[in-house]
Amino acid sequence: MAKLRIEDLKKIKESVKGTVNLRDGNARVKITVHMGTCGIAAGARVVMNTLLKEIEARQVQDVLLTSSGCAGLCSHEPMITIEVSGEAPVKYTKLDGDKTKRIFEEHVQGGKPVTEYALSMGSETTH
Amino acid sequence: MEKTYRTHLLLCAGTSCVASGSLEVRDALVDEIKKRELEDEVYVATTGCNGFCAAGPLLVAYPDGIFYQKLTPKDVPYFVEEYLVKGRVVKKHLFEPKKGSDPIPKISDIGFFSHQVLVALRNRGLIDPDKIDEYIARDGYLGTAKALMEMEPQQIIDEVLSSGLRGRGGAGFPTGLKWKFAAGATGSPKYILCNADEGDPGAFMDRSILESDPHALIEGMIIGAKAIGAHQGYIYVRAEYPLAIERLTTAIDQAREYGLLGKDILGSGYDVDIDLYFGAGAFVCGEETALMQSIEGKRGMPRPRPPFPAHKGLWDKPSVLNNVETYANIPQIIHRGSKWFSGIGTEKSTGTKVFALTGNVKNIGLIEVPMGTPLRTIVYDVGGGIPNKKKLKAVQVGGPSGGCIPEYLIDTPVDFESIPATGAIMGSGGMVVMDTDTCMVDVAKFFLEFTAEESCGKCTPCREGTSQMLEILTRISEGKGHAEDIDTLEKLAKVICASSLCGLGQTAPNPVLTTLRYFRHEYEEHIHDKRCRAKSCKPLLKFWVDPEKCKRCGLCAKKCPVDAIKWEKKELAEINLDICTRCMTCYRACPFDAIE
Repeated sequence: MAKLRIEDLKKIKESVKGTVNLRDGNARVKITVHMGTCGIAAGARVVMNTLLKEIEARQVQDVLLTSSGCAGLCSHEPMITIEVSGEAPVKYTKLDGDKTKRIFEEHVQGGKPVTEYALSMGSETTH
Repeated sequence: MEKTYRTHLLLCAGTSCVASGSLEVRDALVDEIKKRELEDEVYVATTGCNGFCAAGPLLVAYPDGIFYQKLTPKDVPYFVEEYLVKGRVVKKHLFEPKKGSDPIPKISDIGFFSHQVLVALRNRGLIDPDKIDEYIARDGYLGTAKALMEMEPQQIIDEVLSSGLRGRGGAGFPTGLKWKFAAGATGSPKYILCNADEGDPGAFMDRSILESDPHALIEGMIIGAKAIGAHQGYIYVRAEYPLAIERLTTAIDQAREYGLLGKDILGSGYDVDIDLYFGAGAFVCGEETALMQSIEGKRGMPRPRPPFPAHKGLWDKPSVLNNVETYANIPQIIHRGSKWFSGIGTEKSTGTKVFALTGNVKNIGLIEVPMGTPLRTIVYDVGGGIPNKKKLKAVQVGGPSGGCIPEYLIDTPVDFESIPATGAIMGSGGMVVMDTDTCMVDVAKFFLEFTAEESCGKCTPCREGTSQMLEILTRISEGKGHAEDIDTLEKLAKVICASSLCGLGQTAPNPVLTTLRYFRHEYEEHIHDKRCRAKSCKPLLKFWVDPEKCKRCGLCAKKCPVDAIKWEKKELAEINLDICTRCMTCYRACPFDAIE
């Protein structure tokens, strides 16, 4: 595999920008399932599988599904973050398969966040 | 007297806005304001996210309360000219926030998030650790590029020194100084090592960084290697972290594929490679010299210092061993500058600290706060306070080497000066909140059980001393304490602290010493009154209902799983000790604390 130079780092940053910052990409929604040890122990795999099934069953093309490590609030896992392009990201907590399904229907497809399961909207500060 | 400005400009530093360039806008603003000589009139600061992520980079101007959106550095000179100098609202960037309150709280309104400042954990929740491209997209490996291509080793060391970064593994030794010693040492090859053993029970700061952002560690080690003149690094990771090992392995493989590890990194001419070494379950192998013995294939036991590892470490060669969190701060210190880092925290304890906040607190999780944050803020604002309407009793900091800080000292700031003044140590970041149902003798016993078991046995004070202290504490918790036990514990503790070979023994008595300092009355009650006020030490419990406190509600009888409690409506409850299995369900059920 090719050895990188500094210009390549910048090129990668540009090309990946669309997935890390939705505004610059093609996806309409980005879903991040938090899968640190805490999330996995609490049941994040069920949440992830539910989302994969929903995406497949509904033949959805414009949703980016990814995972990340621990989001910090370990006692409230399983957690996911839903970011609809043009809106603030919403963090959902204490999820299971059924709640995840409902969030996919109502928020991802329907555009309306499920306030009962939502913890917060917005992103953390990196100074 | 505090300075008054005529205008405050607050720029959002939430992740979305930062990704869209809000920090570049901030820098451009600061420059332009300086050029126009307005620094004494206009104050520029960053704030947390208020949810309008689609409009970022976002700026709110006070006292007008005007929102400006989608600013770029190019817009700044015009903006400063129009708004700050001529006082005219810049219509092009005007933003009208939606009227009416959103039912979902803003992240900046939630105490758990709003008090945190992410430096070591800057990528948390945002990247897939198995995709190196996502790390690069968030300015990954730019610190490495700068260090390898533009800086001499001495410059790197100077930058780390002026940042004020102190070791995050617990000892708080200035990182720049450690690197300076190793850089100046004679011997080859030199080694750059990472302590990812994280043995403290209840601590998971390092695990989180390893699982969620392994490249931050890799970058930190590459930069450290250049600083001291090493080309080989080892990460000593405990085998009990399988997910961390998996993610680290993937990260190292991907870095090697991209040539970010290996020969001639980024065309700089500098080589660095990193390999993993797995621990085998010994707490003592988290001690630097024992760790190095373990890598050499020997039994992990510490050795006397001097010589210090910076001069004679792994295989007797100059080595630097730093903690995971320490390394995770390095890439940003190099990329953004030491001045940025030292601006966070306090004068002597710069930067942030990651804590694993656990115990009797509502928001259990991983937090990163600026040094100097009071414990009170951490427990109540970040942690959300004590659940089940209980009251705070103490906060245990520093794991088995640390100590208990009592409730009345809750305003103590967390930094390397204030915490040791209470008798505890900062430690690697374990923070256990304890409510009034906690028995402090039991806490000391719990930690001594751990350290006595983990003592390697090489030196007598630790090997014999910890077992002796444990034996005394066990007797006390069983109601078999002797009058002279407290004095014996104190004497033993002082000897063990003063004469143990390594940090394990030197700090093992700390939980005993701090609980004696602040909760001596509990020890005395256990010994003389045979009473455990927290109702935790079972041998001291009588399983007897106090007729003066019992409100005759019958809850205990209803909850008892073996029907051992006799109760009629409005009558005193009575526990039949022949049937009672001592399960303590009745203690937890009674709302009036009536069972002794």
